This record gives sequence, C-alpha cells and structure tokens, in this order.
Amino acid sequence: MLDNNIQFSPEALNLVNKYIAKFPEGKQKSAVIAVLHLAQAELGGWLKPEIMDYVASLLNIKPIEVYEVATFYSQYYMKPVGKYVIEVCHTGPCWLRGADELIAYFENKLGIKKGQTTPDGMFTLKGVECLAACGTAPVFQCGMDYYENMDNEKVDFFLDKCRQENKVSRPYPVMN
Amino acid sequence: MGIKILTKDIDVPGIQNFQVYRSYGGYNSVEKALRMTPDEVVEEVKKSGLRGRGGAGFPTGMKWSFIDKKSGKPRHLVCNADESEPGTFKDRYLMSKNPHILIEGMITSSFALGANLSYIYVRGELMYVVNILQRAIDEAYANGFLGKNILGSGYDLELHVTCGAGAYICGEETALIESLEGKRGNPRIKPPFPAISGVWSNPTVVNNVESIAAVPYIVNNGGEEYAKIGIGKSTGTKLISASGHINKPGVYEIEMGVTVEEFIYSEEYCGGIWKGRKLKAVVAGGSSVPILPANLILKLANGEPRLMSYESLSDGGFATGTMLGSGGFIVFDETASIVHNLWNFERFYHHESCGQCSPCREGTGWVEKILHKFLDGHATMEDIDLVADVAKKIEGNTICPLGDAAAWPVASAIKHFRPEFEWYVTNPEEACKPGAYYTGDKLVLA
Amino acid sequence: MDLLKVTIDGIEIEVPAGTTILEAARKIGKNVPPAMCYYSKLEGSGGKCRTCIVKVSQGSTKDPRPMPKPVASCRTQVMDGMVVLNETSPEIMEARASVVEFLLINHPLDCPICDQAGECHLQDLGYAHGKQKTRYEFKRRTFDKIDIGPYVQLHMTRCILCYRCVFTCDQITNDRVHGVLNRGDSAEISTYIEKSIENDFSGNVIDVCPVGALTDKTFRFKNRVWFTKPVNAHRNCTTDKCSGKVQLWYKGNEVIRVTARKDQWGEVEEFICNTCRFEKKETTDWVIEGPAKVDNKSVIGQNHYELSYDKPVVPPKISLFADHPSFKDDSKFIN
Repeated sequence: MLDNNIQFSPEALNLVNKYIAKFPEGKQKSAVIAVLHLAQAELGGWLKPEIMDYVASLLNIKPIEVYEVATFYSQYYMKPVGKYVIEVCHTGPCWLRGADELIAYFENKLGIKKGQTTPDGMFTLKGVECLAACGTAPVFQCGMDYYENMDNEKVDFFLDKCRQENKVSRPYPVMN
Repeated sequence: MGIKILTKDIDVPGIQNFQVYRSYGGYNSVEKALRMTPDEVVEEVKKSGLRGRGGAGFPTGMKWSFIDKKSGKPRHLVCNADESEPGTFKDRYLMSKNPHILIEGMITSSFALGANLSYIYVRGELMYVVNILQRAIDEAYANGFLGKNILGSGYDLELHVTCGAGAYICGEETALIESLEGKRGNPRIKPPFPAISGVWSNPTVVNNVESIAAVPYIVNNGGEEYAKIGIGKSTGTKLISASGHINKPGVYEIEMGVTVEEFIYSEEYCGGIWKGRKLKAVVAGGSSVPILPANLILKLANGEPRLMSYESLSDGGFATGTMLGSGGFIVFDETASIVHNLWNFERFYHHESCGQCSPCREGTGWVEKILHKFLDGHATMEDIDLVADVAKKIEGNTICPLGDAAAWPVASAIKHFRPEFEWYVTNPEEACKPGAYYTGDKLVLA
Repeated sequence: MDLLKVTIDGIEIEVPAGTTILEAARKIGKNVPPAMCYYSKLEGSGGKCRTCIVKVSQGSTKDPRPMPKPVASCRTQVMDGMVVLNETSPEIMEARASVVEFLLINHPLDCPICDQAGECHLQDLGYAHGKQKTRYEFKRRTFDKIDIGPYVQLHMTRCILCYRCVFTCDQITNDRVHGVLNRGDSAEISTYIEKSIENDFSGNVIDVCPVGALTDKTFRFKNRVWFTKPVNAHRNCTTDKCSGKVQLWYKGNEVIRVTARKDQWGEVEEFICNTCRFEKKETTDWVIEGPAKVDNKSVIGQNHYELSYDKPVVPPKISLFADHPSFKDDSKFIN
C-alpha cells in the first residue's frame, strides 16, 4: 500500500543512500534501522503503515520485514506522539536519585500522566529503561539530546525552549 | 593517582579532533601494528591478559584466536557499543569524550583479525554519540588511517558506525549481529559462534568498546607491560561507572586491585555515601550481578578486604560474592528499598526480554508481577519463595544470558535481604508508606 | 560417512555427523524429547520453546567435560562419545516441567472450544509434564483479534511463538505477509495491518502449528477431531510443488477437513496446496487409499482403528467405503 504523498526530501534520500552504502551490496536490509529513525524525524514523527511500506520499497524488502523490526525496538513510535517525546529514565540508578520525582514534576507541569500526550500535540511523556547516564541521574532524552542532572528549574527551561522551537524532534544518524 | 590508560587524555581540550588526538600520540598503534604481522598483534593482546570489558570477562586475545581464517570468507570486527546494562555508562563517556581512541583501537584490532569491513554498533538512544563517531571516522579516512592501502601498508579497512533503536538485548553479541543485519534483536542459538558464523554468516568478532580502546596501549607498550598493571588475572585498568547514593557519581578508571572500601569512600573515587548516611548494599557490576550487603561487599568471607577485580568480587561464589560484570557500580544507602529496587530491575528485564524463548518471555513478566504485590502491600510469605522459585526456573534454561541476568538479582536480594521482604509482608502499611525504609535489627550497615 | 556414537538415557546409537541429539533420540525411538518449535522440514526452526532441553553429562570422548547448562536437543549436534540424559535426569524433568508451566501461565486453557483439542501438542505436553494446579494468579494475556483471511483462523492467545508458521511462509510460500511483531511477552503473530494470509501454500501454517493458534476456518466448530476419521487419499494436483497426497477427515460421509499427512512426530510429510486443502471436499475429488495411520496414543485412534504405528496392520473397519476394494469388513464400524 504505497502512498505517493509519502516521500523523503532529496536531502533525506541522499542520507538513505549513505546509510545503505555502509553495507555490502545486497545487504541493504541492514540500513532499515537507520532509515526508520530518519523516517520518524522527517515524515511526521511516528511510523504509520504507509511510511513503513515506503521504507520497505526503498530497501527492496517485504513490508512485513519492516513491521517486524519497527515493532521490536522501543524508539520507534507506532502511534502518533507529540512533537517532543520526553523519555525519562526510570531504571534503578535513576530511580535512586529522583526519577520518580522528575516524572511527577513533568506530569504536573504538562497536566498529563506518563504515557500520555498533551492535547496540543506538543509533548509526550514516557518512562524509558536505562539510558546509560546513571552518573548524572536523573536524566531524560528528547530528540538527539540527553538532559542530565535534572532539576525543576532545568525542566522549566527545557519546556520553554521546546515551545519556542515548536518542531518535530527525533534522533537520526547525521552524515556529512 | 593510579595509572590512566583509557582516560589519560580525555579532558584535553579538542581531543575529539583528529589533529589534537594525533599530537598526543594517537594512532601510533596503527603505525606500529602495520609493521607487525596480524598474528603478532594477536599475540600481544593474548599476553596482555585483557579480558572482555562488556561483562563476561572472556579473554580478548583468545576470542580473537577463534576467528575462522580457513574458510576464506570476509571477516568482520564489530564493536559492541550497545551500552544498556543498568548502572553502566562508561562507554558513552569514553566515546563521546575521546572517540578517536575507539577508532584507533578498531583499526589496530581489525588488522589483527584480518577484517576489512568493521562496524561500531551504538545503541540508538546514543544518536549524538553516533554522530560524534561518524565525524571521527570521517577524519580518520581523510588522514589515511581508513580506506584503501592504509599508510601504504596494503591493508584496507572500511569502518562504519551503525545504530540500534532501543533494545537492551542487542548488547548480547548474536542479537547485536541480527540487529546489524536489519532484523529484530533475537539472540541466535549457539553454536555456531560468531567467530565461525557471524554477520552475514561471515566470521565475526564482537568486542566491547572498552576492550577495543585498550588495544592501542597494548600494541604501543607490549602485552607484558599491560599485564603488569592490575592484580592476578585481572590485568590492566577498568572503567567503573559509579552511581546511586554516593557523593561523586561518575566514571573512574581504576587499576584493578583497588579495595572496594577505598573505591567507595576515598575522595579520588566515589567520595563516600551521600548525605552522611550509611552504606546498605552494592550492585557491583551492572544490574544483572548479585546484590551484596555492606559487610559482604567490603570484606571477603575470611575477613580480608574485597578488591575491585574479577577474582575478588566473585570470591565466595554466589553465596557471599558477586561479579565485576560491566563495572556498573550502584550504591544503596540505608534508606534504599531493596524490594522496590528489585521490582524496578525486574520491570527492566521484563521490558527487555526479546520474547523468543518461553522461560524468559513468560517468566520475567511473572516475576515482575509477583514483586509488585510487595509494593502494593498484598504479598504473602509464600510469594517470597514463589518469586525465588520462578526466577530459578528461568535461570540456565534460556537461549541467551538475559534469563540468568533476570534471575540472579532475585536470588541474591532474597538471600541477603529476606527480612526486608518479610517486613513488606508483615507490615505492609508501614513498608509501603512514601519515604519509609527498613530498619530491622538484622540489617548490616557500614 | 563417519558415524558418531551417542548414548541417550543409557541407550547407545550411532548416527552420522551433523545429527542433532533430538534426531538421534528419534532414531532410537524411546525417551524422545518433546519438540514444540523444532520442525525438521523447516530450516532454522528450533531452540526457542526449550521443551526439548537435555543434559549433556559428557561432551565427547575427546572432551568429556559436561555442558554447563541444559541444551536444546533439537539444535545441538551429537559429538562422538557424547552422553545425554533426558528422562533419566530428575533436573531435566523438573526443568521441562517448568518450561511447560511457563507455556501455560498465559494460555487460555480453552481446550473445550478449541478445534486443535485432541491433536494439540501443548495438550499432550501439559498432560505429560504439567502440574495439576497453576501458581499463576494474574490476568492472562489477551490480544486484539485480527482477521487473516477466509481460510485461516488466528487465536493469538493460544500461540506459543514457535515461529514455525513464519518459517513456513518464508520457505514454502513466496510471499510472507505475517511475522512475529512486538517483543517480549507482547510478541505476537500478526500481519500488522489486517491482511489475508493467502497464497497457494498458506494453509500449511495450520498443519505446522503445534497448538490451536492457527486453525482451519472451513473446519471451524464442525466437529471434535476425535469423532472424525482420517483417510489417506490423493489426487493429480496441478499446483506446482503440491504432492496432492492428503488426509481426508470424515464425519459420516462428509469430508469436513483436508490436511497434509503427518508422520509419527506430528510433522507434515509433504506440504499441500490450498486448492487441495480448502476446495476439494468431495470424496469424488479424491482417490481413496485407505485409513490413515494414527498414533496409538492419540485420542483419534482410540475409537476407530486398530491400525497404528505400534500395532500390526489389520484390515481396517470402515463402513464408509464399503465399495472400495481395500475395505472388506465394515460390520463393526459404528459411525
């Protein structure tokens, strides 16, 4: 089910080709993980089926091969989410240093619960597993960036900055 | 100050740039290795006694010597930068601050293995690190350290950085290989081992970031010099990720053999327990290893001080010991709830189970649910034995070590902190109150 | 070819290099580990369900050390001088019982209304190794229902994630539209967006499914399998790669189901096409060969036939084909 309105920009297509070029000929399937990241960043922030079908066509693999991968990894969003997905680490070491309080502060500021999206579609709040930043707990990730040693003041600053920028923020491999 | 190998230049301004890194002796090991034979490089790594720094501690040189050279298939070196073990953040620190040490290690190690196409697989959350490494790789290409005919030696190497997308299991080497091939991160059934059939069925070695980053020093100074550092079979230095209730969380490069006591309490390292509190417990090697109460982490059964080394941390087996693991050192003060922490860890394993084999897929969720009863105040004494038994039934019966990793924390927490679990059963109202913590007379603090 | 000596539960056998412990045990024919995910005809299958785990108490003559953990017998190759403990190891029997417990904690136990009942390998496994009482007190897992087309009924709650149907569609058909999605205990067989699993050979997923997760929609709730009578039959099928060799399952004079023929391990002998399976349900479509062999432990064999793998072949007793030359004595058969 290909939707002709779904199309990477020329710059993004150039990136896709660079991802593919990292692997030997015929092994282009290996690029699917990076291409899906890029698709989220460039094509609306989450992976609707039409986008995954488009990715399958770019890589010349079956759509089910893309669905299998997309639903396995936790960074892919299979349902609409906010422009900014705030992924707060809630695993042991962060929990020991205030992850629950950090989440509660976000919930309070945004008026939503963990797992929900603000009605204006700006923010989704998620609890995620260890982000490998336990030494600077509590931490969260949003888009490409890590926000470490968090406190309420830093959260306020971060939220204001997002509201000013107001654009979909997702990580993807950047190449020169 | 102990010797620093991996972090020696980490705070040099601009060390992320090729020219600065080079001016500090960077890439010398490539020049030296290219004048040696690959087997001679492998021999130095064997002599160094370097053991895999990802957690299993398998001798790196021996792992290299298993790679299949007879089949004539292309060989690959894959760097495991899927750092996801709770409590572990050393690789992120190293890669983001000094990416070239990893690139240099990849080139030297790939040469030793006869690999002409190698990868660094970084967990997807660390996308900014992917981008840092990409820049470093580009610089190495531009300066003739990657690509065709490196430094005129005739040796070709293509090196790429790739990413994951959120899955702890991809730190297991065969799951990582599957993910690198663009598939779900389901661990493979071994044998065959990657050394025979890895990426695209080609002979492959998978090594942790820290292991590969140690190779330049070993090649430059010789394996024997490296083996002089450390203690016994725990040679060299180790990056320890220190977190939890300490004054100075962070990554510390230690010479193996430092006492645990010094590591926790000295100003050079953790700086003691925060808020003037006492030490209750430590998870010494990442969430998967057994938790030890204060007395057992500081001292061996014979009363001698416990050291930060593979052997000393595992002294006493799982009865009174633990493991060095990935070096994820998580410290719990007297107010920490072992029960709540265990539930937290088991939620992690439940979330991260790939779902391929039955004991782990079904067991991890069951364990998490039983543990949550304690936090809800609904647990019974039978639940303590039930959760221990379910964990035991997962252990050893799964495809990959995630099953064991989920089981060990349960067994050790109940073994060493059973009275605290019982307290949750007998005094649920008190135990489940926010801010409450166990102060029973069986508790040993230090 | 070199033969390797392996001892399983004290019984010695010589097998060619490359043989797995499970296949060696099947050759012996006794103390055979149960296999829920392994399927000899599907490349890459096995290793996942962990029901076939055994203890290797001696690795080989050359390296006699025991293997540190139980191994999946379906994916572990025999070495010369290997010593394996299966039913003679109390630890293995306990470990197997716990695997069965894990497989059942989220299973709906809806055998009374499951079309697979009577020929379900999980049912057999539970009977052999299960406990009488569950220790699981939580809500059992459920999934959103999806329709995968007119022929195959998917009951995800019964699935044990053996991956056989995925391998089948990859290896037998040329167009796989379903797979395993999500992960951990949320993993499920699905097409993701609702799609029909439809191509010439897709019906084979029903036969390879060890449980009632994939059943024949055209047979749905038609009859309990133990009231039906399997008969071997064939036709000149024109579908490429279809053997046309099937089992017809009769209720009275009516063919209510067509399946591939299965061997004594419950594996399909030759895969069949959807035309044979779903569209040829008249006796006149087929050349009848005679009653199918049924395992004497199977409930299907209990009432109808004296024919089984373990008993000598005696003339079948079926009224249905009184005029068929291979059936002479139908006097005792009650339909």
